[in-house]
Amino acid sequence: MENLNTELPKEMTEEFVVNIGPQHPSTHGVLRLQATLDGETIKDLLPHLGYIHRGIEKMCESLGYKQFIYLTSRMDYLSAHINNQACSLAIEKGLQVEVPARAKAIRILMAELQRLTSHELWWGSCAMDLGAVTPFFLAFRDRERILEIFEENTGNRLTMNYITPGGVMTDINSDFVTRLKTLLVKIKEHLKEYETLITGNIIFQRRLKGVGVLPKELAISLGCTGPTARASGLSCDVRKYYPYDGYEKLDFKEIVADGCDSWSRYVVRMEEMRQSIHIIEQIIDNIPEGEYRAKLKGIVKLPVGEYYQRVETARGELGVYIVSDGGNKPYRLKLRAPNFSNLGALKPITVGSKIGDLMASMATIDLVIPDIDR
Amino acid sequence: MTLTIQFSDITKWIHETLNASMSPGWALFSEFVLAGVAMILLVVVLAVLFVYMERKVAGFMQLRLGPHRVGPWGTMQVFADVFKLLLKESFAPFTVDKFLFNFAPILVLAVAFMAMAPISFAPGLQLWDMNIGILYVTAVSSIGVIGILMAGWSSNNKYSLLGAMRSGAQIVSYELSAGLSLVAVIAMCGSLSISDIIASQADGWWIFKGHLPIMFAFVVYVIAGTAETNRAPFDLAEAESELTAGYHTEFSGMQFGMFYLTEYINMAVISMVATTVFLGGWLPFHIYGFDAFNNVMNFIPSWIWFFGKTFFIIFLMMWFRWTFPRLRIDQLLKLEWKYLLPLSIINVVIVAFLVVMGWHF
Repeated sequence: MENLNTELPKEMTEEFVVNIGPQHPSTHGVLRLQATLDGETIKDLLPHLGYIHRGIEKMCESLGYKQFIYLTSRMDYLSAHINNQACSLAIEKGLQVEVPARAKAIRILMAELQRLTSHELWWGSCAMDLGAVTPFFLAFRDRERILEIFEENTGNRLTMNYITPGGVMTDINSDFVTRLKTLLVKIKEHLKEYETLITGNIIFQRRLKGVGVLPKELAISLGCTGPTARASGLSCDVRKYYPYDGYEKLDFKEIVADGCDSWSRYVVRMEEMRQSIHIIEQIIDNIPEGEYRAKLKGIVKLPVGEYYQRVETARGELGVYIVSDGGNKPYRLKLRAPNFSNLGALKPITVGSKIGDLMASMATIDLVIPDIDR
Repeated sequence: MTLTIQFSDITKWIHETLNASMSPGWALFSEFVLAGVAMILLVVVLAVLFVYMERKVAGFMQLRLGPHRVGPWGTMQVFADVFKLLLKESFAPFTVDKFLFNFAPILVLAVAFMAMAPISFAPGLQLWDMNIGILYVTAVSSIGVIGILMAGWSSNNKYSLLGAMRSGAQIVSYELSAGLSLVAVIAMCGSLSISDIIASQADGWWIFKGHLPIMFAFVVYVIAGTAETNRAPFDLAEAESELTAGYHTEFSGMQFGMFYLTEYINMAVISMVATTVFLGGWLPFHIYGFDAFNNVMNFIPSWIWFFGKTFFIIFLMMWFRWTFPRLRIDQLLKLEWKYLLPLSIINVVIVAFLVVMGWHF
């Protein structure tokens, strides 16, 4: 009986690896997250990219200046107008073309509507990632109406290719203003509905508050931009710091929150939707008359040099860097995509939390995968 | 005014006819077979109704119409889906534990059917009036979690395993407060038998005459019941946005269909027990001293009362599902162990005090 082992067996846990993606309901695209889990807790997270890499930058280099902007609609497909705007602005900078005032106003209208559609979709899918399905349909109701306006005025719903160097492709329809006004009234009512259904929900708040904390220093060093960074107290709105297309004349607030968590990111985006509506309301009644596009040559050649333009998309700062050798195509094109930098924040803010928190963090960072891979 | 033919007359007639034509042993056997077939038919019809109802309720809550193409108002949609599942191959990956993998859906479905046995649908329409009816239902319905654990473990899939473990933790926890809220009523009426519990509510449903503690117990029971059936906001076991499909990720064809069916049968069991215990079972709604109203209520057949109340509770559960976001696993367990369970225990103590002092009706 002397060999009796009195030691209790130690509690053994073993880590295991789960591939979340490339096909997974809450990655919203083909992103693969190699997650090391200990039970429900995430120990390590490694995003694998490249599943939707199309070489957009290289493809752009083989197309003319007026042509390549169409490819950029396919990057962050929820900010297609704004992507096109960034490229057009970079080219206009090189050509030193003055864009007509009417075109500028239309551009801002379209860009803010685009931001609204993007945030509406984000709101729905964020709630869906947290397990509530109904908000997705509510969000699509409003988004659909805006897309209808896009469809009538630009001919497309998702990849509009509407904003071109020198202005916009075609003039807006005669009923654009009246239709948009009636729509805005509805959207403002529906925003209140969103607040009562989801924002005030105790389960929803508990799922987001204190989850996915991204400190300000980390946000700066990872190069986070957009609502993700602004929720960490980092003021970085390109529309305020490097205004383009007449944003400097408009009255709107840059929404900055200090919470650093998923809840702050949620609040910032909800508030940005209101600001977008506010911006649209300022322009809608006084769209200047005149040309909608400046006359450009058939084949555009940028002078030798380097051109950089940054804009604020729905997800952050998009930079377009063009190197020209004087030819009719860009010699080198580099796109600084907001989602790529924002994805970097995913690992530091989720390690140590539960699987459910990973979905909450990913939903509030609001990743669009084709923008990460390009 | 009551129906001239009661369900007990029909069952009595069947019993006598069978006994007249064959030996008592065979008659009993035939009665078992008949009762089993009747129960399976009833449950399948109910499940079809629930699936159709869920899709319509979800549709109307989400600004959609729900199914409306197959058959009038989409009523045939469920049958079309079931036939599709029946015709599909029940595929199993190479690495699964074949026996457990194939046995798990059968187990959960069988257990769900078993829990229906002591439920009284209408006067005389009850399979087995045992003296421990409520205890039997709670005991049997907790076997279902073994089937879910089996499914998750045998699938050899990490998502399935996580889902099964979540489900195990969740169902074992929430059974406590569900059981305690039933105990509150049992303490007041003094019997575990379902027919006694219904009979004790002839002068008023327990939710009305049991004061605040029973109302609280009803709320707790509906919450815990939603959690026990793995439905949103407690659908962590099959959290679509986290674990793709949880414990039934690897199941396909009718094996998946059986899990799907089980969810609805479990919902039916939960809501039927809630109806029986809190809402007076098949008894009509009466207002004391308002005889004209009471007579109108009596005119409505008892089975309509029973299924009407059942469908009302099921509608509540559907309403939850299409409104609330999902809880996180630690929040789920915290809700049970830190809030619902202590409150339920206090509630039971209060009920016991009321019963001892004789302060209840």
